[in-house]
Amino acid sequence: MTFHRIAAIVLRQYFLMRGSPVRVLPIFAWVAIDIVLWGFITRYLNTIASPGFDFVPMLLGAVLLWDFFTRVMHGVTIAFLEDVWSHNFLNLFASPLSIREYVGGLVITSIATSLLGLLTMVVLASTVFGLSFFVYGLMLVPFLLVLFLFGIALGIFASALVLRFGPASEWIVWPVPAFISPFAAIFYPVSTLPRWMQQVSHLLPPSYVFEGMRAIISGSPYRGTALLSSACLAALYILLASWFFTRIHRHAIRTGLLARYSAESVN
Amino acid sequence: MIPNVLSVDRLRRLYGDTVAVDGVSFEVGRGEIVGLLGPNGAGKTTTINMILGVLEPTSGTIRIEGADIATNRARALERTNFSAVYAPLPGNLTVVQNLRVFGLMYGVKELPKRIEELLDQFDLERLRLAKCGVLSSGEQTRVSLAKAMLNRPRLLLLDEPTASLDPAVANDIRTQVREFVSREKVGVLWTTHNMYEVADVCDRVLFLSHGRILLQGDPLTLPGEHGKETLEELFIAVAREPLALKRT
Repeated sequence: MTFHRIAAIVLRQYFLMRGSPVRVLPIFAWVAIDIVLWGFITRYLNTIASPGFDFVPMLLGAVLLWDFFTRVMHGVTIAFLEDVWSHNFLNLFASPLSIREYVGGLVITSIATSLLGLLTMVVLASTVFGLSFFVYGLMLVPFLLVLFLFGIALGIFASALVLRFGPASEWIVWPVPAFISPFAAIFYPVSTLPRWMQQVSHLLPPSYVFEGMRAIISGSPYRGTALLSSACLAALYILLASWFFTRIHRHAIRTGLLARYSAESVN
Repeated sequence: MIPNVLSVDRLRRLYGDTVAVDGVSFEVGRGEIVGLLGPNGAGKTTTINMILGVLEPTSGTIRIEGADIATNRARALERTNFSAVYAPLPGNLTVVQNLRVFGLMYGVKELPKRIEELLDQFDLERLRLAKCGVLSSGEQTRVSLAKAMLNRPRLLLLDEPTASLDPAVANDIRTQVREFVSREKVGVLWTTHNMYEVADVCDRVLFLSHGRILLQGDPLTLPGEHGKETLEELFIAVAREPLALKRT
């Protein structure tokens, strides 16, 4: 891996954003809208719930963490889709750039964009709606880390699907977080789910994060080992997603898909 | 002996039962411009895609300055670059931004200086801040060629580089490529359907038909060797009567 090739991928994304407000705005806009919407919902719920119970850290915190995960995943896929939209694969993959360097560049781009989104959410949620991150303590760091790792894994996986099935399959990318959200136990405990859904839930690292978050807020004991295993699971998913992307790329080179990659030629 | 920049040995590519490239072998030497000619579907672009590492050969080997593309891809492609009408640079970046991105990707030393040289060489100075997507075909070709020469490649692949250009611009492009080749001693593999261009720039030509090299030689003498007046006539014969030509 060479730094300058990874930097080239990141620089391309930086140039795209610098010259285009319509690319920059969504980094802030969607997360801000979510925080405002859920901020007011939690305020309203606080007025009708039992005195003393605070929905802010429970619901608004969950929304913030979930949006962070979504931004991380979309950060990878949007950077990838920029190359799909501009028919840039031949220029990229006929260069010395390796797949690891390319994916590394996408991940770094995602780190930058998702951190901007996170900052926006943190500022809005804490200043406007009084969400205090001290409630979560130091556990906030591993929570974010697990969600970040899983977001990266899912972003790489979704990009591989688009590479395999062609530009028209980009629609697969957008609803992926929505598909897994019922299993991720964002707003309710895993125990609420039917048995088969619980089994799926145990395979999803975010479910451990949200279980942990609720346990901390309610003062219940929470095993750090569960969070550690979710981090390991997320890291494993990154390895599997990277392997999958490499396999798809290899398949695209073997079959000629990459050389002919366009909306018209890929089925 | 000067080593070849490109050595292609028994290259073969199948798509299912269809043979796109059938046991092709050739070399490109330093400072040599080799024309890869043939009718549509003859296997020219398939061959170029395999040399660029974006399409895996069914069998055969490709070496760029001794580096096997199959086992030493990064080293082989560091010394290679290409320009093709079907691979424009991203239209949503400016000329300079694209050159900076690809310069980094190819690890170009003293990149800002190199970019300025190429902007000057290809008369792109006034377009430096223009988005590539809004440039005319001729301007896009010049930007694409500037990108292709960024890393001072040892092997340059040009797939119909003048296809959409008017004769004056095409002539300028040919002159610039020839100057680059003689200055840098680059090996060039050049595909085109313009036989005047072939005679003007190529030191040697390979005629492909149905994935095989049917004829090869000096573009100025090859037509006469096969009883034809011009390269154009020879091209038409290759396209229509390849078997008859094989017997000559």
